[in-house]
Amino acid sequence: MADLALRPARGAARRTRVVTSTCVLVAVALAVLLVPPLAQLDQQAVDLAAKLRPPSPAHPFGTDDVGRDLLLRCVYGLRVSLLVGVVAALTATVIGTAVGALAAAFGGWTDRVVMRLVDTFSSIPHLLLGIFIVAMFRPGVWPVIVSVALTHWLSTARIVRSEVLSLRSRPFIDAAISGGASRGRVIVRHLLPGVLPQAGLAAVLMVPHAMWHESALSFLGLGLPTHQASLGNLVQSARGSLLAGDWWPTLFPGLFLIIPTLALAGLAGAWRERINPRRRSELML
Amino acid sequence: MARMTARRALSAVPVLIAVTFGVFAVAAASPFDPVKAYAGTAGLTASQENLDQLRANLGVDQPLLTRWWDWLTSAVRGDLGDPSVMRMPVADVIGERAGWSLTLATCAFVIAILLGTGLGVLAARRPGGALDRCVSSAAYTLEAAPAFWLGLLAIWFFALQLDVLPAGGLTDAGSDTVTFGQVATHLVLPASVLGVSQLPWFFLYVRQGVTDALDEDPVRGARARGLRERTVLLGHALRSGMLPMLTLIGSRVPELITGALLVETVFSWPGIAAATVEAATSVDFSLLAALTVLATAAVLLGNLLSDLLYGLADPRVGFDG
Repeated sequence: MADLALRPARGAARRTRVVTSTCVLVAVALAVLLVPPLAQLDQQAVDLAAKLRPPSPAHPFGTDDVGRDLLLRCVYGLRVSLLVGVVAALTATVIGTAVGALAAAFGGWTDRVVMRLVDTFSSIPHLLLGIFIVAMFRPGVWPVIVSVALTHWLSTARIVRSEVLSLRSRPFIDAAISGGASRGRVIVRHLLPGVLPQAGLAAVLMVPHAMWHESALSFLGLGLPTHQASLGNLVQSARGSLLAGDWWPTLFPGLFLIIPTLALAGLAGAWRERINPRRRSELML
Repeated sequence: MARMTARRALSAVPVLIAVTFGVFAVAAASPFDPVKAYAGTAGLTASQENLDQLRANLGVDQPLLTRWWDWLTSAVRGDLGDPSVMRMPVADVIGERAGWSLTLATCAFVIAILLGTGLGVLAARRPGGALDRCVSSAAYTLEAAPAFWLGLLAIWFFALQLDVLPAGGLTDAGSDTVTFGQVATHLVLPASVLGVSQLPWFFLYVRQGVTDALDEDPVRGARARGLRERTVLLGHALRSGMLPMLTLIGSRVPELITGALLVETVFSWPGIAAATVEAATSVDFSLLAALTVLATAAVLLGNLLSDLLYGLADPRVGFDG
């Protein structure tokens, strides 16, 4: 799915997009951080008298099949999805950075073996590999995080490797080596700091991707347990109500997944254009 | 060209072997116990002796390398294993379902390519125009939307609200024969949802390719010669703008498989991808292993196909890869 960065817009349109995206992301952050400690209602509170109410002022997103408030459920679901996404993206970035840096710094034989490994990994469809890992290790929070991390480090490894390769030919590395610095010191002190900005950006852009993966696994019944409902679980548990004709329990969790993704993509597009304004190609996939 | 095909096919062999070994290694490292999975609830009351006997019969007491090698040698002979939740040999499950998956994937691809090309050309005519902005925004939104969610909303709208298309399955419930008309109506929704979920990439690539081509000399030359706008757009700009898309057709196989996993499950389409999800929920190792390897082979085949297509379409690209 989305490799992020929306097509750059110009002038006012770009400013509007940056402002809207930032507002959405701030709202998401506030909701996820503040609602759980401040909420008056319990998201798990069952109220069978008020089940499957359509959206109304009392319940802006309506209620689900046992009368729980969907707005609250979505905020909690987003919180779970976001947490899994962030941890998985960070893990994947650490793996990718380590593998990429080692491959480039050692070069030769190591590099060839490692990059063959990366190619092999990337020829397995990611979701399928994730399904396989989760099936073998039983669905749960950690298997999901591990499976998402194990399928997402490949692109970071490639980016970091090519960055390190280009850094390695710079004079200050030669200077460090002729100054007697050990290989480990060159990697840690000189090469890694140079690739961290790239790796950090890759990590941020990976979060929605990881959330998407987690939701897909949870939707298939192979993800998080239902008492830790993520957005994917919410869509999954809404299937019964959907077939009875009630659309809101399905619609809103999906929107909660899409809107932050688009906001982040909008910021990424603007940022890329800023660092490279003369880029001729508008396509950023 | 034949040489490149042969070389690429040969280099796929170690990759596939590595994937099978990886699959076995993951299973060996996991808490998954084939004996318990095979015995099911009977395993709870069975005596230790019986369990040990079963363990020996299944060959689970062998070391990882032996088990992997046994599986690999019998897989080469076409025997992909047996103890399956579907109560039939794994090879039969795949053979029975592959056709349905292939039908779904082909229809989805055709929808994505036709719609993507059409909309891409229309949007490229006036980049930044109203149509371009609408379709591009829709494409980015679709790109971020999970396919299972799109599928569910499609069921709600087309099957429940409008009641024009069936909500899932291959035929109507209660019908015991598979007729063409039934399958065709049941195919419309899943194929459209899978196609639409693949659409953004095709659209964005065609749009970009045609926009770039419209700026280039051949198109200016064609305009200067006074050719009709349609000829310029379709005969000149689209032809060179299609090139990047050709490589996409093969390299989109992983995304197609990912989409199929979700769409087949949502629509209860009896294909391989739905079987994969069932195998995963019931922890059927032999089926899951075979399907993972099969999917990897499909991805490698797709990559080869896209390289060949690119070479055929653009003579400047050699076949020495």
